[in-house]
Amino acid sequence: MRLQLEVWRQDHANDPGRFERYQVDEAGAEMSVLELLDMLNAQLVDEGREPVAFDHDCREGICGSCGVMVEGRPHGPVDYTPSCLQRLRSFSDGDTVRIEPFRSEAFPVLRDLVVDRSGLDRIIASGGYVSTPTNAATEALTMPVNRNEADQAMDFAACIGCGACVAACPNAAAQLFTGAKVAHMASLPQGQVERAERVRAMVDTMETDFGSCTNMGECEPACPADIPLRVIAELNREYRKALWQHRRTEEPDRRGIRWLSRLRTGPWWQSDPDERPPGGG
Amino acid sequence: MIADLDQRRAVGPEIHGAAPTGDLAELWEQHQLDLKLVNPPNRRKFKVIVVGTGLAGAGAAATLSELGYQVEAFTFHDAPRRAHSVAAQGGINAAKAYKADGDSVERFFRDTVKGGDFRTREADAYRLAELSVRVIDHMTAQGVPFAREYGGGIATRSFGGVQVSRTFYARGQTGQQLQIAGSQQLLKEVGAGRLKLNTRTEMLDLIVSEGRAVGIVVRDLVTGEIRPVTAHAVVLATGGYGNAYYKSTLAKSSNVSATWRAHKRGALFANPCYVQFHPTSLPLNSEWQSKVTLMSESLRNDGRVWVPAQPGDDRPPNEIPEEERDYYLERLYPSFGNLAPRDISSRAAKAQLDAGKGVGPLRNGVYLDFSDAIARLGRKTIEDRYSNLFELYIDATGEDPWTEPMRIAPGPHFVMGGLWTDYDGMSSIPGLFVGGEASFNYHGANRLGANSLLSASVDGWFVLPWTVPNYLAPQLGTAPLPEDHPDVQATVRQVREQLDALLSVGGTRGPDYFHKELGELLWDHVGVERNAHSLAKGADAIRDLREEFWRDVRVVGHGQQLNQELERAGRVADFLEQAELMALDALDREESAGAHFRTEHQTEEGEARRDDENWANTSAWAPPGPDGRPVRRSEPLTFERVPLATRSYK
Repeated sequence: MRLQLEVWRQDHANDPGRFERYQVDEAGAEMSVLELLDMLNAQLVDEGREPVAFDHDCREGICGSCGVMVEGRPHGPVDYTPSCLQRLRSFSDGDTVRIEPFRSEAFPVLRDLVVDRSGLDRIIASGGYVSTPTNAATEALTMPVNRNEADQAMDFAACIGCGACVAACPNAAAQLFTGAKVAHMASLPQGQVERAERVRAMVDTMETDFGSCTNMGECEPACPADIPLRVIAELNREYRKALWQHRRTEEPDRRGIRWLSRLRTGPWWQSDPDERPPGGG
Repeated sequence: MIADLDQRRAVGPEIHGAAPTGDLAELWEQHQLDLKLVNPPNRRKFKVIVVGTGLAGAGAAATLSELGYQVEAFTFHDAPRRAHSVAAQGGINAAKAYKADGDSVERFFRDTVKGGDFRTREADAYRLAELSVRVIDHMTAQGVPFAREYGGGIATRSFGGVQVSRTFYARGQTGQQLQIAGSQQLLKEVGAGRLKLNTRTEMLDLIVSEGRAVGIVVRDLVTGEIRPVTAHAVVLATGGYGNAYYKSTLAKSSNVSATWRAHKRGALFANPCYVQFHPTSLPLNSEWQSKVTLMSESLRNDGRVWVPAQPGDDRPPNEIPEEERDYYLERLYPSFGNLAPRDISSRAAKAQLDAGKGVGPLRNGVYLDFSDAIARLGRKTIEDRYSNLFELYIDATGEDPWTEPMRIAPGPHFVMGGLWTDYDGMSSIPGLFVGGEASFNYHGANRLGANSLLSASVDGWFVLPWTVPNYLAPQLGTAPLPEDHPDVQATVRQVREQLDALLSVGGTRGPDYFHKELGELLWDHVGVERNAHSLAKGADAIRDLREEFWRDVRVVGHGQQLNQELERAGRVADFLEQAELMALDALDREESAGAHFRTEHQTEEGEARRDDENWANTSAWAPPGPDGRPVRRSEPLTFERVPLATRSYK
């Protein structure tokens, strides 16, 4: 089939960018959105023009590299499907297809359809792990896990980190991504020790780079890994619980320690007001 | 052919892998006592570069960073999690022996040596089996949601080539879960400010000074900036070269450049001809299909492989009665049946295709049929085991495996060859370590299913963090080479020159055109079956194609920007060189072993015939000498624990 393409071209991060129109004459219904871009690029290279830059790698829906907006929808017209597995079946001869990068303030465009999603890794780096030094683990069977809980953890852990949830969100929020990791860890015994600290740190980082969730629910159908919306409820619950725990246990201790250290360095009235001991002025 | 061969390659002196001798079961433990240690306060004085953030790279980088070394990690991806380890579906082997099926470290070791058709070091294969147990513990502790039994224990399944159940899995996404766990550990170190991670940064050369690996030259893929990074040691964990075939099961950007450029600096390249063709890939349907989609081999646990008994039988599969089907794997290999090892399954499939019994529109596949398993176990059980694979299949083909059999075909998948390393994972260049698929280690001439995630994990988490410090310890008090050192500057200059050369050819065809051509040459001449005549022809054709590339490639755009065409061109240029060595190695190795099947060397029954007298060794190639011929060296292999035997999966 013949398709008219409107593709976002932007030479570098500071270039304002524009749509350019191309025509592809022999697109097949079985081709993926990325194979359509391959076809277009082969055509452009043949004409000596610069091909469209786009991220992609495994083309099996697992690496999370790919992600473009097709007709304004992250990844493409089919729900729950990454760009590499979006076939052109939903288009017909003569259609115009608009392809642009993930549109989100959290994801600056680097070139054409390539965006910077490093904010997602910053969330993980702030707490999305279990701290287990290599060689310290005990025999795995000493920690039995209920089969259903393991299954559920796997559902949450399936996130491929593509960022479509953020691109789908009118607020550029990363709650689905963060919630998936928090829920994965919280549903396994391995995740318990750092449970409260993890969610606090991850949410704090999330809120510096991304927008706020207003429960629009746009993220769920955009997710190629079927992460369920309830991870956001899970995230909120974990976060509230962690804050409560924080007040109840950790913070008074910490304040006490700060207060003691202050005694050694100088009187409290010379200190930062935030650092003063409880009720101390 | 010998005369011709001598014009193509020279033969150099033997090499040895420095594996310690003694009882295999105690070797690694003993060796650890011999490895030198670095005092904790001194560790931060050492800098280690890790290239690649897959299972091997992330594991090594995170662990060395935890230990206190300065680690700088590099990936050409935008995030460490994207590395191709993420795509492995089926599972990871470990000799946990959680089932009463007679498994043990010893048995796993034997299976690995035997599966590799006796072309691997016993010591290394034993260590792989021994450390497999720790890998499962470590990955479980990191929160990898391995599949569980009802009692809370960890579930296992059996995989091609073995008769016990030792494969651990996380649904059909085992690689993804291990990879995400590894990259989380890496990011934990980044978050703590201990490890510097460079994303979208590609290694373009290795810096060698006074015979040691002292750094790398990288290109920032966003700005195009070229810069050197120096360190006390370099770890390459950059994956395999299967993408030389263009249409392979690998991710599109997987490439040989890091290891090939290290080879050009002197690192020996071992067994480049050992390429595993995965028997359960999806057959290609059209020219625009961008790669071969892999279906996990675990499907062969429950699927039965068959073709119509008569060539050219065009009936839909469900209309072919039972007695007119040929379940050829069950017929030819009764004890292993559909679980016969990959090389045997791939070759058997190729034989059916050659006999005109291929199925599907292009007659390029065989059937994998689940109807018996669904009838026996119920749809729910099959769904639990393979739902995502079935979905993948439906999406890719538009056909429904619940009602008609899948179609599968062999596709280039994993390479057993790679940079040669010693028992410590160090290449022939001191200070250059190699882990995971980038190295040649563990798998011999054929890798067992679910051993690739394992070997990458073992290297990354449990070998390199012990052996790299042993190399560093004596260097206490030395600093990494300054960036203005002539050896550093010379390498940077050469990298710039190569990029300029690519950009200035000004030809008519993009790098992808040459890559596709190369893929076809390799598939035809260095494929599932090889013979001397065709290999020599293939090697010549590859050389011609390479010359054509340098005359006619067109790389649009410039070097000071994000330029994916330039990235591709550099990778294709390296494939065009490395592919010739693949053909040459296959031509040189006058025997059949594992995945390397030379039609001249087969038994009357059509099975591979090894030549243990002359070829019980590893070929390790040095870059061409002044006469332009690559130099083949050999590491002799001895088998004391597992007596040499002909593989039989009958």
